[in-house]
Amino acid sequence: METETAQLLKIPADGNYGDVMVLGGGISGIQASLDLATAGYKVYLVEKSPAIGGHMSQLDKTYPTNDCSM
Amino acid sequence: MGDFQVTLNRKPRYVIEDRCTGCTTCVEYCPVEYPDQFNQEISENKAVHIFFAQAIPLIAYIDESCLYLKEKKCRICENVCKADAIDLGQKAQKMEIKVAAIVLATGYDTYDPSLKNEYGYGRMTNVVTSMDFERLLCATGPYEGEILRASDRKHPHKIAWIQCVGSRRVTPGDNSYCSAVCCSYTQKQVILTKDHDADAKLTVFHNDIRSYGKDFERYYQRAEELSDVRFIRSYTTVSREDPETKNVFVRYATADDGVQEEEFDMVVLSVGLNPPADYQGLADKFGIELTEHGFCLASPTNPIETTSPGVYVCGAFQGPMDIPESVYTASGAGTQCGELLNYRRGELTRERVYPAEKDVSQEKPKIGVFVCHCGSNIGRVVDVPSTVEYALSLPNVVYAQEQLFSCATNSAREITDTIKEKGLNRVVVAACSPRTLEPLFRDTLREAGLNQYYYDMANIREHCSWCHSKEKEESTNKAQDIIRMSVARAGHLKPLQEMDLPVNKAALVVGGGIAGMTSALSMANQGHEIHLVEKENDLGGMARRLHYTLDGLDVQGYLDGLVRQVYRHPAIHVYTNAEVTEATGYVGNFVTKLSSDRGPSEIKHGATVVAVGVDVYTPTEYLYGQDERVLTHLELEERISQGDEAVTGAQTLVMIQCVGCRNKDRNYCSRVCCSESIKNALKLKEINPEMDIYILFRDIRTYGMLEDYYREASAKDVKFIRYEPENPPQVEAAEEEGRPVLQVSLMDYVLGQELAIGADIVTLAAAVIPREDNKDISQLFKVSLGPDDFFKEAHVKLRPVDFATDGVYLCGTAHYPKHIPEAINQAYGAAGRALTLLSNDIVTVSGSVCEVAEDRCMGCGACAQVCTYGAIEFRKTKKGQKAVVNPVICKGDGLCNAKCPTGAIFLKHFTDDELLSQIDAMSATA
Repeated sequence: METETAQLLKIPADGNYGDVMVLGGGISGIQASLDLATAGYKVYLVEKSPAIGGHMSQLDKTYPTNDCSM
Repeated sequence: MGDFQVTLNRKPRYVIEDRCTGCTTCVEYCPVEYPDQFNQEISENKAVHIFFAQAIPLIAYIDESCLYLKEKKCRICENVCKADAIDLGQKAQKMEIKVAAIVLATGYDTYDPSLKNEYGYGRMTNVVTSMDFERLLCATGPYEGEILRASDRKHPHKIAWIQCVGSRRVTPGDNSYCSAVCCSYTQKQVILTKDHDADAKLTVFHNDIRSYGKDFERYYQRAEELSDVRFIRSYTTVSREDPETKNVFVRYATADDGVQEEEFDMVVLSVGLNPPADYQGLADKFGIELTEHGFCLASPTNPIETTSPGVYVCGAFQGPMDIPESVYTASGAGTQCGELLNYRRGELTRERVYPAEKDVSQEKPKIGVFVCHCGSNIGRVVDVPSTVEYALSLPNVVYAQEQLFSCATNSAREITDTIKEKGLNRVVVAACSPRTLEPLFRDTLREAGLNQYYYDMANIREHCSWCHSKEKEESTNKAQDIIRMSVARAGHLKPLQEMDLPVNKAALVVGGGIAGMTSALSMANQGHEIHLVEKENDLGGMARRLHYTLDGLDVQGYLDGLVRQVYRHPAIHVYTNAEVTEATGYVGNFVTKLSSDRGPSEIKHGATVVAVGVDVYTPTEYLYGQDERVLTHLELEERISQGDEAVTGAQTLVMIQCVGCRNKDRNYCSRVCCSESIKNALKLKEINPEMDIYILFRDIRTYGMLEDYYREASAKDVKFIRYEPENPPQVEAAEEEGRPVLQVSLMDYVLGQELAIGADIVTLAAAVIPREDNKDISQLFKVSLGPDDFFKEAHVKLRPVDFATDGVYLCGTAHYPKHIPEAINQAYGAAGRALTLLSNDIVTVSGSVCEVAEDRCMGCGACAQVCTYGAIEFRKTKKGQKAVVNPVICKGDGLCNAKCPTGAIFLKHFTDDELLSQIDAMSATA
């Protein structure tokens, strides 16, 4: 199972080498990481709090459509 | 550049990530109550807890309030954890990583109003910040979505918002800039508060209303038109608190009634955005320079590139911005990393491999049902255990269980394991809307070797627990009805295959302005062939008419350099005087026909970027076109740059804002004009300091850092006079002391009297308007336009540069008016999104598409007429004309199904069989 999770996260087995480090796991950092990984780069996403999401996860809804922020 | 060694300090979680199942038993038993950071410390949480209900990863952590960590006592959590996941001895870990590029997406911090005594925050219980209020509004908030006062846990009915808290002020501790998001988020909070309590009496004390973004103007109107909602333009202070009721008194002044004091149940401070608290530390660590405000310094021609090579910045560390900008600057940072690292693309990543798919089509359905608590979102209303029991009683159901969060990584794994263990061949997850999580659950089937279309989602949250939260018993019954329907459908599901398509690596960029060229260059620098199509004779677009900017950019110099780069780039082919005549194909495989200076061309490309730009309104107001002393702001800029003395030598110059927009015909703000007028005013003051300049405005919308220039203009004695749209200025030719002038008369609301200004020149901030041919472009490329005829993105917040049509992207002013740095940000964003497609060899399209049962098709064409994607063609057969669906273009919306008179066309995964079984199950009682 662990190897499968590693594949999901696109982590190669060897060492701490990556292409890009993204500092901050809010909406901007998440988007940057997803785009980079989809385009074929190995990304380290670094976040200081216990979960990703940043300020956007604290918002109830978003303007101007009142879509759920979460 | 290209070689960074980063040392990370991984803080201890005191919970072993791989073992924690997120069951929250430890949280229940933890004796320590501690202010919940995520809920703005309004409510309490435990020392061990999950950060928030939908946290990723969804596992617990222990914070500094833990008794063991403080005093070596307790350890209850260790004993109650069945997964043995607590590790109180965990230490911080140093971790070295080596990367070739860095993206700073640190975000912002909110302004702390307790630093200023004047707002009462921290002293008065019922004064809250907008972030506090955001949590109060939220269903996962401190009072589970009830807006309550901390002082007495009662619903506040009379609430005031105070705008610009910490923003637009030069006093120490405040920010001089505008935080750019507060006007709109306050309007959102007003609208949502009225949803919570229709009788609430709400007041917003504001300065200028800055509804400068796409669809913001209508949003403001929506908030303002609600009953018992007042927007009052006034400076405001929080004066005192009633010691008994804890109500809060606000002092404000209006032109009509002078200074007043009013009592409110609650006051919300609309706090601004600060740079991240540790901005200096970031600057030191990454070697980047900062602006005077502590944001990341970048060039106006590339706001994503920091002063440190290989380090990029996206999101609010660039400066205050809203969510869509944070998203497309992130994609922009992605493409810039790609420009740097293209040579090593794919070397460190590995493809995900799924087990081979089993053929279970001949097996009798064996359905597994997983019922999700969604924390308390479902579990608080629906009786989940009895629903699981019920599910087990349904036909074909061989297994059912409950899950706390089915979407958590461990729960998803549990579904996969259970499928294998119990030999399930169909799965129903009863949880939330399929819109967000269906792909994740389908994945659990793939992991178990099942076709992913053997999955159905029963929405018992949005369709049940959320909308009937008060009726628990009925909600449980309804949840069971929904599950019964899903189970019935699941029995009829068919395995479907998704299609892998090759991706043509070339891209077409429509529009050769700054946005189009920037996007083209970024993609070309990553080895993609680019076809850049420009309607005019020359590249450059609207920027050809701009000469200087507030941040000191020589626009023509910059533009010339950009055009040169485009022409010199071996991978970019430029087509001028071009017109798109035909556009066909689909994601990864488009074919576009052009006529241009190169003659007719047929281009094959995998992606399309629409960057067609905008036009400028030709005013019919204020004597424009009748008196040559009346100019648009673009004409003024042209004349200034030519050194025209009729303009630069004027004694008095009047600028009128909002000409042709923010009205009935164009119900939006053109975003750029306030700053453009201030730019021209400052330029004129620089050339001729004696000139009297008046700017007649409705709201000055110098959002973000542009605010500093507004202040500078005021300091340089540019006079700003506000007018109301019902009472616009009048302009007529007249004489003043023998001097021929344009007399501009208007009501000055501050002085309370009519003013008449004798102007030599009057300039009009003419609206930025969508291009006439937007409709043609939208039809050719099968993308949509919004209500104001600007191009409409796939999702306002989360997919701001994608179109709903796959493989087509959007940037620049075609999306909405914007300044040059914003257009550049967005152009990189579109390139970044296009690269996520172009850098792969294949693209996968859904198996849930339409198909035609040929013997029933009469070839009437009704289906093709309603298909917005142009997915249906007609083919001549021996039995006459028949419809054929191109499965690659079909989006599976099913419109054609409803139109087909003979039922010949059907949507796979939503066949009559599947849907009717669901409906039959609805009417049947268990």
